[in-house]
Amino acid sequence: MSATNPSPLDAAQVAHLANLARIALTPEEIEKLTGELGVIIESIAKVSEVATPDVPATSHPIRLANVFRADVPGETLTVEQALSGAPERDGDRFKVSAILGEEQ
Amino acid sequence: MSELISLTAAELSEKLSSREVSSVEVTQAHLDRIAEVDGDVHAFLHVSATALKVAAEVDGARNLGARLSPLAGVPVAIKDVLCTRDMPSTAGSRILEGWIPPYDATVVQRLRAAKLVPLGKTNMDEFAMGSSTEHSAFGPTRNPWDLERIPGGSGGGSAAAVAAFETPLALGSDTGGSIRQPAAVTGTVGMKPTYGGVSRYGAIALASSLDQVGPVSRTVLDAALLHDVVGGHDPHDSTSLDRDWPCFADAARAGKASGSLTGVRVGVVRELGGEGFQSGVSSRYAEALDLMAAAGADIVEVSAPSFTYAIAAYYLILPAEASSNLAKFDSVRFGLRVNPPGGGTVEDVMAATREAGFGPEVKRRIILGTYALSAGYYDAYYGSAQKVRTLIQRDFDSAFAKADVLVSPAAPTTAFKLGEKLEDPLAMYLNDVATIPANLAGVPGMGLPMGLAPEDGLPTGIQIMAPAFEDARIYTVGATLEALLEESWGRSLLSHSPRFPLDPLPEIGDARTEGTRK
Amino acid sequence: MSTAELMDFDKAIELFEPVLGFEVHVELNTKTKMFSSAPNPAAPGADAGEPNTMVTPVCLGLPGSLPVVNEQAIRFSISLGLALGCDIAPSSRFARKNYFYPDLAKNYQISQYDEPIAHDGAVEVELPNGRTVRVEIERAHMEEDAGKLTHVGGATGRIQGADYSLVDYNRAGVPLVEIVTKMISGAEHDAPELAKAYVSTIRDIVVALGISEARMERGNLRCDANVSLSPRGSGKLGTRTETKNVNSLRSVERAIRFEIQRQAAILAAGGTIIQETRHWHEDSGTTSAGRPKSDADDYRYFPEPDLLPVEPSAALIEELRSALPEPPAERRRRLKDAWGFTDLEFQDVVNSGLLVEVESTVAAGASPAQARKWWTGEIARIANQDSVDPSSLVSPSDVAALVSLVESGELTDRLARQVLEGVIAGEGSPADVVEKRGLKVVSDDGALIAAIDEALAAQPDILEKIRDGKVQAAGAVIGAVMKAMHGQADAARVRELVLERATGSAAER
Repeated sequence: MSATNPSPLDAAQVAHLANLARIALTPEEIEKLTGELGVIIESIAKVSEVATPDVPATSHPIRLANVFRADVPGETLTVEQALSGAPERDGDRFKVSAILGEEQ
Repeated sequence: MSELISLTAAELSEKLSSREVSSVEVTQAHLDRIAEVDGDVHAFLHVSATALKVAAEVDGARNLGARLSPLAGVPVAIKDVLCTRDMPSTAGSRILEGWIPPYDATVVQRLRAAKLVPLGKTNMDEFAMGSSTEHSAFGPTRNPWDLERIPGGSGGGSAAAVAAFETPLALGSDTGGSIRQPAAVTGTVGMKPTYGGVSRYGAIALASSLDQVGPVSRTVLDAALLHDVVGGHDPHDSTSLDRDWPCFADAARAGKASGSLTGVRVGVVRELGGEGFQSGVSSRYAEALDLMAAAGADIVEVSAPSFTYAIAAYYLILPAEASSNLAKFDSVRFGLRVNPPGGGTVEDVMAATREAGFGPEVKRRIILGTYALSAGYYDAYYGSAQKVRTLIQRDFDSAFAKADVLVSPAAPTTAFKLGEKLEDPLAMYLNDVATIPANLAGVPGMGLPMGLAPEDGLPTGIQIMAPAFEDARIYTVGATLEALLEESWGRSLLSHSPRFPLDPLPEIGDARTEGTRK
Repeated sequence: MSTAELMDFDKAIELFEPVLGFEVHVELNTKTKMFSSAPNPAAPGADAGEPNTMVTPVCLGLPGSLPVVNEQAIRFSISLGLALGCDIAPSSRFARKNYFYPDLAKNYQISQYDEPIAHDGAVEVELPNGRTVRVEIERAHMEEDAGKLTHVGGATGRIQGADYSLVDYNRAGVPLVEIVTKMISGAEHDAPELAKAYVSTIRDIVVALGISEARMERGNLRCDANVSLSPRGSGKLGTRTETKNVNSLRSVERAIRFEIQRQAAILAAGGTIIQETRHWHEDSGTTSAGRPKSDADDYRYFPEPDLLPVEPSAALIEELRSALPEPPAERRRRLKDAWGFTDLEFQDVVNSGLLVEVESTVAAGASPAQARKWWTGEIARIANQDSVDPSSLVSPSDVAALVSLVESGELTDRLARQVLEGVIAGEGSPADVVEKRGLKVVSDDGALIAAIDEALAAQPDILEKIRDGKVQAAGAVIGAVMKAMHGQADAARVRELVLERATGSAAER
């Protein structure tokens, strides 16, 4: 990246994104990713060249609407099935370490 | 035994239904083959301990005169992205190591209902992110044609297992080419159905609006047979298409029988070829087009200018959706938990787990996707990428107004060496240049062998695409082309593989398959 | 925060104009959850269930699982939108709200963002003083509830200081509609009452629609209240705080009053209000600072790729519109007429937020007068004493049963109050409590006459007075008899018997 074309991303931003994504990246990883993502973003930013206001967005490749389910109870997991993959449990609940933040 | 493993699923189906062989024999032959070659190939992450038991049950049912589906008793391998309640389902990630889901994916349920015999789970790039299977947390799969080379990805395990005759059939998943590109570089057949044609329920999501499960096999007919089993509407997947599909096996048989492409308009996509495509790929592609023309096809050139933006759009949409889909791996309900030194809050535990449990490519894409969706960037990146998607669909629409099917090489190069592109993400991303547009538009596409590249003697593949819902058209045209090609080669491409289980065949010396192996 | 740091409410309103906003979450009472066929713990008659027994792979966010929209939840949401006077969007869609939290199984909430199902409505809210305020609705959107966390260890059982937490995902995926108001200005002194009346109105609407159990104490209806103060004449909006999960009508009123007083004190002292989430403490009647709004609130919304747009047909909307119950104002007029209440009596019911309760009690067979008397009287008194909503104490059918026991003479008012106490204490239905506590009125005249005779013998002059026409003198005897019977006698009957005795004795002579 030349001085006239600065990286679209700096290390502080990558660290912020890693925090949003809940990944405890090491400083080395942050540095490496900052460089790699800079290159990638430069190459993919060209989407905005053709994305003019008159073009509608497509989020589903095949256009469907109103796909619903009848309000009828179905099979549930047993408690043992539900907890079968739990790294840690306490009785019939999943156990996690203390929570720092608050409910959103 | 080697005869059994060299047979196609269609051939096995006949021998099983006539009781010429039993499913136990067929299954045992494939398990033996896995034991023999998988140490080198590493296509499997897990081999089922119950395959013979399942096979014996199918034989028992058959002996009691039960009416069985065509593929009953035929072995199948399952990409590890699909949930299986009796085998670990890891998606190639350390974060899911050893996880056994409490439920089966819909497609797995359908395999079991049709009494296929699951042999095991196949290797893949972690969470299907990659084009070489080198991003698997459990070590790479190697290309049966050359163990120093990649088998493609992300479904390198399924393709290699089929190419190495460890299984006649496998399931894959294709988000940007993960079925078709491995098919191209291993000399096998892989089909990405119309989006919504096969249920995604129980397929560990990479990018929800792009993912599609599909068949991997050695012949077009076999792919169609497996597609018939797993396809169709599933109320557990809102994006599943609720419509009547034709029998794809019939479509493939019709194509094979006709041997003619008279009246078929074959559109050559100008943007998917030329620069960036290996010379041997381009020359085999040109020959395949000639062959189709000779068989009566009307070859037309079509232009799809927006396809040049496809990779850019794809690498915004995929990471964005993946960053959200992969948030559930947080150490609370399933999977790995890593406690940071000295304990910490649940936030710390989540972050430490994800740091330790995800590989570098997964982290790269999660961070990229988080960026693309974050406040202030959404419109420029994700929003624009969704508009490019509209433009690509429009390009497909106008191309399909001129052509019944579109064709291109399925991959720009033959299999490259392990490690060659591992440190260059952008170069790796270019492997999917030909396959990504179909995912963005939701249209079906197939990769099938079109010969060995003269310069390296490695397989090349052609891609056939059809309008949405017209999967059957691909099976018909694909089966015709396959028959034409094999006729020109005198035998199947895979019979040239160093892993071909039968005694070496006499060289035919046909220029279309000959190459200098390097 | 101590009350010393609060400004007098009237003074606060003199200096500042309060601007309010509400986000009310309504749990729908569909049989199954929003996106999975697991049973809904907010369904009629359902309860929270044993931990993790009402879950599917979808509720747990298991890898590979996919959501499918509950059609009934869509119908309920449209009905609610219509009842709120909203426009129903011809096309709306779900979006993912991304944030990490252990009660959120997928670490994103499926919600609606820029395309909610209903938008731009209004409701008329009647205040205790008879004033009517029009509250404009910005939007009503569908989303899913989160699981339930239990914090273990530490001193308070609260999140702060806990050693670890436990997660139950039964509630994960319960269908919610979030109703968001536009900014409400002009409430002035009535701001706290408006808050309560607004939430009460929403509750009346969802109960009338039958789409939610609407029990605030169970979390079926939850209110986040936004307050900001604008210095008079400044024309500038203040910084707002959002007080979370204020879970009773009473608390809504108190929380708004507290926030106005707190913010006014800070602003008057030259301080600034921090834009933050605040927590309501029922015990102290105060709010405390929570998480400040920050960059971390980057929810990275994007269209949910696993779900498709919701495009209700005009025919469906009209079908649901025609099935709507009457609007609250009309309903109030109708009920007031039907019940024959005076303005004052009716306002008493409305202001106490007990319209639904009285209506249900009348529907269960009680007379309107008795239903009103019990709800706004004894039940409201106990609720006030316990700082809870009256509706959380006892069901309308129990109240109706109680009234019926009084009207048939089986219970006196005094006994009935004891029975009510038993019902609230969880001893069962009124009949159960009567049975268990042995609280039947003594209806055996023999026992009463014996007690009367005893009382008359102790006060011989009374009979004379009664015979002389001083009937009120009987009161002393009645009192003595009631005391002797430990209150388990019908005073009216005792009075009859005393008078009979007096006149009967005269006839004998």
